[in-house]
Amino acid sequence: MANASDMATAAPARQAARQLNQRTLAPWLFLAPGMFMFALYVLWPIAQSITLSFYDWDGLYNQDGAFTGTFVGMGNYAELMADPAFETSLWNNLKWLILYMAALPIGLLIAIFLNQTVRGIRLYKSLFFFPFVISQVVVGLMFAWFYAPNFGLFYLLTEWMTGKGTAVLADPDLVTYGIIAAGLWPQVAYVMILYLTGLNNVAPDQIEAARLDGAKGWRMLWYVVLPQLRPATFIAVIVTVIGALRSFDLVSIMTKGGPFGESRVLSYYMFEKALGEYGFRMGYGAAIAVVLFAIMMIFISGFIWKMWRDETER
Amino acid sequence: MFPRPIQQSGTAVQWLYSIALPIALLLWLFPLLGVALTSLRPASDLAQGNYFGMPSGIAWENYVFIFTETPIGRYMLNSLWVTIPTVIGAVSLSLMTGFALAVYGFRANMVVFFMFVAGNFVPFQILMVPVRDMTLQLGMYDTWYGLALFHIAFQTGFCTLFMRNFIKALPFELIEAARVEGVAEWRIFWFIVLPLMRPAIAALSVLVFTFIWNDFFWATVLTQGVDSQPITAGLSSLNGQWIAQWHLVSAGSILAALPPVVMFFMMQKHFIAGLTLGAVK
Repeated sequence: MANASDMATAAPARQAARQLNQRTLAPWLFLAPGMFMFALYVLWPIAQSITLSFYDWDGLYNQDGAFTGTFVGMGNYAELMADPAFETSLWNNLKWLILYMAALPIGLLIAIFLNQTVRGIRLYKSLFFFPFVISQVVVGLMFAWFYAPNFGLFYLLTEWMTGKGTAVLADPDLVTYGIIAAGLWPQVAYVMILYLTGLNNVAPDQIEAARLDGAKGWRMLWYVVLPQLRPATFIAVIVTVIGALRSFDLVSIMTKGGPFGESRVLSYYMFEKALGEYGFRMGYGAAIAVVLFAIMMIFISGFIWKMWRDETER
Repeated sequence: MFPRPIQQSGTAVQWLYSIALPIALLLWLFPLLGVALTSLRPASDLAQGNYFGMPSGIAWENYVFIFTETPIGRYMLNSLWVTIPTVIGAVSLSLMTGFALAVYGFRANMVVFFMFVAGNFVPFQILMVPVRDMTLQLGMYDTWYGLALFHIAFQTGFCTLFMRNFIKALPFELIEAARVEGVAEWRIFWFIVLPLMRPAIAALSVLVFTFIWNDFFWATVLTQGVDSQPITAGLSSLNGQWIAQWHLVSAGSILAALPPVVMFFMMQKHFIAGLTLGAVK
């Protein structure tokens, strides 16, 4: 047995060692459950999808549980290159991406309009934000009703203005724009709330100083206010790009990709190929998903790069 | 303040502003108002082509009908069964991951953090086939927990980002002082950090509730029947049956929209703090 004086000197050292040991182990214990779930449901499936895109597979297994897919190499990708439906989807994704950016100026404009301190303005702000809280399924149904042929308000409006009603969702040339307009409704609301929060934190002394220098209106907005809104703009760009490329719900609810497949986007076309009525082409679907993933990765790496820089500079 | 406060303008401008506000709001919420009004319009009005005129009466029976003649009540319960476990699961997991990433300076810290952030942005379609296959293999296809487990895992990415930034903003001296006292790490988490996390937990809870309640894609991929389909997928299949019965479609839409809207109004401040990722300070 150790004597009492030994214990007294060893105890703090041992405690310090134990604490240090605990401090290297602790983060991994705290991370373990979350990382396990995330790896199982997000990281691993990405790797699996990429692998699967080189196979032809109908999603079934043998009786003894063996995988029934056949390796086709770049076959699925070669087929995609010649697939007109894929080309349409890709173009439509591009339209979504570009037109969705309109959410930024519109959202900013509404935010500026609402950034006042009059009675009841808080309620107005929340009500303007409403569309974002509602499910896209419901937004899709609302706009389907708005565009409905013969009695939809938009149809009546075009009939009154041009003498001939336009059924947007049945028109192959207009259908994608009609759906994008529906998607912009909640997206503008989101951007608006980001800018409202940003405007709240714009430094008042800088505004006052600029005002004394005679800046106002657009010049004030462009040279003084917008630079201060950059963090808000950054997040708004991220969520808008993601929103544009994730567009699935609206297409599925409003048109199911029609008419004649003209409103398909990659996310919907992938679903249609892998789980739709025309059979279970898992490998082909995975190849479409990989293309969408690659497009998204361009943006994701950009965001991560900027966030990484901000973090390490701090 | 930008723009210049309206109080500093002439009375004419102030007057104009007070009129412009409600008009703008009315135009902005027009699709919502139209659907809300249609949901209370008797079917006979629609049959006679009276879509926008004075309704011949207020038809609460549309709501009674969808509750008694369709499984919409069941769909809403299914949604709750998926949403509530997801909120609890994702918030609990991310409290731990967020704590680990904010407090400890181990070497892989940034890599793990950005893995969560990046994973949160990937398109759902790249996960679809393997996740559906795994759920089938585990016998969890078409169950609430099969859907909830996926949502917990995916939402953990977003929640980790939020929690980590929140904990980073707490005064680190608290943790250091506790360490000097020899407090164990898990006790620091439980007794020092956790009590300070209430606002973050509230913000993420309302946000995740709304995201999951409104999810449509995973609901269609991982569930099928009345027994487990959430309201979004249920509404979509009912919409297929109610061709052009807009009074029913509208009533169903309003019901599906209601819970997140109520949630938003009750917890507005937290909701917005969550959406701005706490980053637009």
